[in-house]
Amino acid sequence: MASAKEMKSVLFGPIFANNPIALQILGVCSALAVTSKMSNTLVMCIALTAVVAFSNLFISIIRNHIPSSVRIIVMMTIIASLVIVVDQILRAYAYGISKELSVFVGLIITNCIVMGRAEAYASKNNPFMSLLDGIGNGLGYSIVLLVVGFVRELFGSGSLFDVQILTLASQGGWYEPVGLLLMPPSAFFIIGGFIWVLRSFRTEQVEPKE
Amino acid sequence: MEQYINLFIRAVFIENLALSFFLGMCTFLAVSKKVKTAFGLGVAVIVVLGISVPVNNLIYHNILAPGALDWAGFPDADLSFLKFLTFIGVIAALVQILEMTLDKYVPALYNALGIFLPLITVNCAIFGGVAFMVERDYNFGESVVFGIGSGVGWALAIVALAAVREKLKYADVPDGLRGLGITFISVGLIGLGFMSFSGVSL
Repeated sequence: MASAKEMKSVLFGPIFANNPIALQILGVCSALAVTSKMSNTLVMCIALTAVVAFSNLFISIIRNHIPSSVRIIVMMTIIASLVIVVDQILRAYAYGISKELSVFVGLIITNCIVMGRAEAYASKNNPFMSLLDGIGNGLGYSIVLLVVGFVRELFGSGSLFDVQILTLASQGGWYEPVGLLLMPPSAFFIIGGFIWVLRSFRTEQVEPKE
Repeated sequence: MEQYINLFIRAVFIENLALSFFLGMCTFLAVSKKVKTAFGLGVAVIVVLGISVPVNNLIYHNILAPGALDWAGFPDADLSFLKFLTFIGVIAALVQILEMTLDKYVPALYNALGIFLPLITVNCAIFGGVAFMVERDYNFGESVVFGIGSGVGWALAIVALAAVREKLKYADVPDGLRGLGITFISVGLIGLGFMSFSGVSL
């Protein structure tokens, strides 16, 4: 059994020290389009964390039985089945949000975090540690998305979780929303800024000059 | 005919997969350091999207869609919940077949595409294109046009980004932003540029 310290580093390491989006460039794909509202962002984060955690767990359990030549297909099948479960649950209990997320729930399958962690970690480590690693990477992904979602919803439409925080000028208040933040490209600026802030504090992550 | 041209232009510019839906971002950011490699990957994506979207369209409408199994005597069957699993399987198989065919008959192209073909299986642009095709309910003809159009759009975006990054090498970027950070911001700026197409009414 792994020591408590090791468990802690596996679980919390991916949040800042080895963030999947800011450092490993994984999983940027399907995520950014869902960040214009906090509620969608949160659902997406929970869905992805659940999928990474369980795919890591299951793949780790059967890791010694998969011939390495077909492992990609086996992993894909496991991941796709998990995503189908998540999609069906969302359709049943949160139909509105599932409609708004549209194809992006399905895109969790091709999210490189899931595949990347399965290949890099779960296929070599025991099930419990793999589960922790999955949760940790899910959280690292969530924190970036939640920061982006927070900025975009608060300043783009003056609300958080659909609750009006800043009164809009169009409704007699003082706040003039920044329309740019509701458009897709703004997410890139915010992530770029996030990386900048993160790397100013953790200078060891700065990339060398070419 | 006009409808197809509209669809093509919309897929390439206005609803660009990479810049307005963020699809295929991992490879988009990782393989855009040089224009040459970016171009190779772009061509590979056009080919795979152009084939896999229509093929999945046929499979969805003849097997998976609610009531599609009528011809086999199962008018009530609804297999649409299997669509993710089927699509990813079909894409993986197609990429594999394409790889073997190219290796056998067009070795020059195979060598040019090289490592990019296997990478494409997990490229969300392909899966995203297929998923959009189902959601927007395209018929077969539209799906061919949409597949090729969105592939061209993606290729255009990655070549543009690679060209910008080649020049960025000479820029004096602040330490924390160097590499990934500035790349994200450049992608955002290119995206803003592409947004000006959204004013085009077709």
